[in-house]
Amino acid sequence: MFQYDLAIIGGGPAGLAAAVSAWNEGVRSIVIIERDDVTGGILNQCIHNGFGLHYFKEELTGPEYAGRFEQMVAETSIDVKKQTMVLNITPEKMIYAVNPTDGYFAISAKAIVLSMGCRERTRGAISIPGDRPSGVFTAGTAQRYVNIEGYMVGKRVVILGSGDIGLIMARRMTLEGAKVLAVVEIMPYSNGLNRNLVQCLDDYDIPLYLSHTVTDIRGKRRVEQVVVSKVDENRAPIPGTEMTFDCDTLLLSVGLIPENELTKSAGIPIDRRSNGAIVFDDMQTELEGVFACGNVLHVHDLVDFVTAESMKAGKSAAQYILYPYQHTDQPVELQNGPGVTYTVPQKLDLTAGEAKTDLFFRVNHVIHGGTITVQAEDGTVLFSRKKAHMLPAEMEKITLDKSWFVGHHTATVSIQEGANEK
Amino acid sequence: MYDVIIVGAGICGTSLARELSKYRLSVCCLERENDVADGTTKANSGIVHAGYDPLPGTQMAKLNVVGNAMVEQLCKDLDVPYRKNGSLVLAFDDDEMKTIQTLYERGVANGVPDLSILSGEEVAKLEPNLNPVKGALYAKSAGVVSPWELAIAQMEVAVQNGVELYLEREVNGITWNGESFAVTAAHNGETESYEARYLVNAAGVDADTIESFINEPPYHTKPNKGQYYLLDKSQGNLVHTVVFQCPSKLGKGVLVSPTAHGNLIVGPDSVDQPDKDDVSVTADRLAFIRNAAARSCSKINYRDSIRNFAGIRAQSEQDEFLIHYSPVTNQMVHLANIKSPGLTSSPAIALEVVEMLQKAGLVLEEKDSYQTTRRFPRFRELSEEEKKRIIEKDPRYGRIICRCESITEGEIVAAVHSPVPATTVDAVKRRCNAGMGRCQGGFCSPRVVEIIARELHRAPESICKDKAGSYILIGKTTKGEEKA
Repeated sequence: MFQYDLAIIGGGPAGLAAAVSAWNEGVRSIVIIERDDVTGGILNQCIHNGFGLHYFKEELTGPEYAGRFEQMVAETSIDVKKQTMVLNITPEKMIYAVNPTDGYFAISAKAIVLSMGCRERTRGAISIPGDRPSGVFTAGTAQRYVNIEGYMVGKRVVILGSGDIGLIMARRMTLEGAKVLAVVEIMPYSNGLNRNLVQCLDDYDIPLYLSHTVTDIRGKRRVEQVVVSKVDENRAPIPGTEMTFDCDTLLLSVGLIPENELTKSAGIPIDRRSNGAIVFDDMQTELEGVFACGNVLHVHDLVDFVTAESMKAGKSAAQYILYPYQHTDQPVELQNGPGVTYTVPQKLDLTAGEAKTDLFFRVNHVIHGGTITVQAEDGTVLFSRKKAHMLPAEMEKITLDKSWFVGHHTATVSIQEGANEK
Repeated sequence: MYDVIIVGAGICGTSLARELSKYRLSVCCLERENDVADGTTKANSGIVHAGYDPLPGTQMAKLNVVGNAMVEQLCKDLDVPYRKNGSLVLAFDDDEMKTIQTLYERGVANGVPDLSILSGEEVAKLEPNLNPVKGALYAKSAGVVSPWELAIAQMEVAVQNGVELYLEREVNGITWNGESFAVTAAHNGETESYEARYLVNAAGVDADTIESFINEPPYHTKPNKGQYYLLDKSQGNLVHTVVFQCPSKLGKGVLVSPTAHGNLIVGPDSVDQPDKDDVSVTADRLAFIRNAAARSCSKINYRDSIRNFAGIRAQSEQDEFLIHYSPVTNQMVHLANIKSPGLTSSPAIALEVVEMLQKAGLVLEEKDSYQTTRRFPRFRELSEEEKKRIIEKDPRYGRIICRCESITEGEIVAAVHSPVPATTVDAVKRRCNAGMGRCQGGFCSPRVVEIIARELHRAPESICKDKAGSYILIGKTTKGEEKA
């Protein structure tokens, strides 16, 4: 059995940042457990640039961004166990893992940071009808084949979903000589960042079909055709609007799901809205000493935000190890009001942690001219700020002073639409 | 000249191959696809039926009950996932209570053990997540099995006992000269010829085509498609038993059941279609299945759906297995109309066919030694000590490739080098379950392609997802070209 003060599960951008942050706070017994042969996580296959504008104030590629943190880790004596898969975590903070050199083994830790990232939603999860030929890939899997393995996956491509990975892959496939016939989005708006719409679709004349979806996949062996239909306001396909594309490939960029199987194995409560653990403002889950950050907690748009969140989780874990504290059993519960999909954190502890906290949330539809409001259970408005445009594709961030919440038990985060006066 | 040729390596063909491999016979099996179990055997509910459905006195009733009693030991011997979890047929009103009474009586007449009729309260106790019911028929002898793993394991044992398996051989002609058969098969654009004294047609949904090469089939195949939802293991404990609905004027009803692997399966519907190869799924039928299943259980969370699939039932108008000699010669046996409960009956069907061949003159002498069992180590099922030991012996068992199902490189390599080698991504999945989980191979399929290519010394571009032609990669990227 191995013993560490801090065990970090997942060596992607979240895990690396949490490790560096905990080290900087003075923790000296840290292990990062990484299932792949290398750390860096999904950044390794994101060879395009655009990373780091917020955090490093310069534009880096994914591997470069990861490299910065790998370098920081290399300058410490943090242990990195690669090719190591965690199979189970117990509520007692025992970690059971396996790798080819240590075999099957246990790690006991005073604190754990969960940073396992997310996986892609698949064809099966959204039940796309049709045949089941080869040539249907999630965009990230295709990206791995193209950018890491060096193999092309198709010549004529339709992409379902206008999330960032889908947009990036539209450009990547085009640069590799494939013809991208269409990017199809079921919602009336894109789920990708605006800069990606311009740089990945517009610059290459790739058409974007909003309010459309794939309604049939044809091909007994390999994809031969994909049928795309317009959808109504309830997202139901409208008969008679079918367009048939002759293609050999369908890429899916239809959402990311935090990978919380280990979180669940430890009995940690999950928020069904964010699909991640319920956390306090110090990123601690409801299991004492276990923290969560990055895409395993909620899916982020930018790695820079993952880094910031994970630095906080690493710092809190260090505080917990060096100066053990317990959360109040009466935190302020944050609730989702109209217009809001989820918030992270979900709980504020007014008795511990820092005086101010960032609150991340997503809106559930496109909002032009709205007011972000945080209101206590008695109607007191604790926070209010106007914002011109809010998109589900772009995570919102506000900073709250925890002293505003003194004397309250719950507060609701909502968007008042069209209201011009405070 | 072979003693016996089996056409088709589905559940019946592989079951017969294993049974015949016990005797001093030269046996070969010709399969159209690039793997065994690649037709109806891989796309069905995977239910081991108790045997109260078929009418008393039918061969179907007899073989179902005999087969059911054989499956447990068979799966133990062959290391195949199986759970004897029992089944319920739900009755929602008095009419349906009459139906389950009829089924109960039929079951008793068929010799089904451990049958009882439960009250609504008893059902609620057994299955708290079901909607309220009036009562149910409870059959403890029912279960669930991994049908394709059973077929693969049977063929592995058969091959190790000397049966020759030829994949990608589509039989396109049979002639009988009064003593033996000449069978022609297409392979890679060439025609090959095989000769045998006895011939068994186990071609599943294409049994009529094979039969027509030698005699007019006494039935008409009406391909019938059934579609399914497969849900994540997080939904696998929603019900514990196989939950059927009463057959009624509204249709057969759909089932909700855990699978042998611990997922939840919901389906199938039943629609006739002309095409034997069309296994597409459709939005309207999937909606029908969700609605129909909601009658049994309204708690199914389809957000946890991981896959939809469909299979073709090999059925004709008769409500009976059509296991018969060719009118031309008793040296050929046809297995037609092997629809549900065909999977359950398959071990008994194999015994029946062996007996028919013997009656037709095939001499059966048991081999001095033959292998009856087979093991396939599954890392996730091993104890702590076993896990440590297997990694010490072979470190590849310490490298997890499929995260969702915790499948190791050791298992994938074992599948590739098994007696019936896996040469495709789906063949690996069928043998060791890599890619069967919630990410559906998103993370592991590139690595599985790499391992298959490495182990078989083939180019990654040549590795297919499943059937021939289902290629995954089209060539190297510019950068990939430079690297090479």
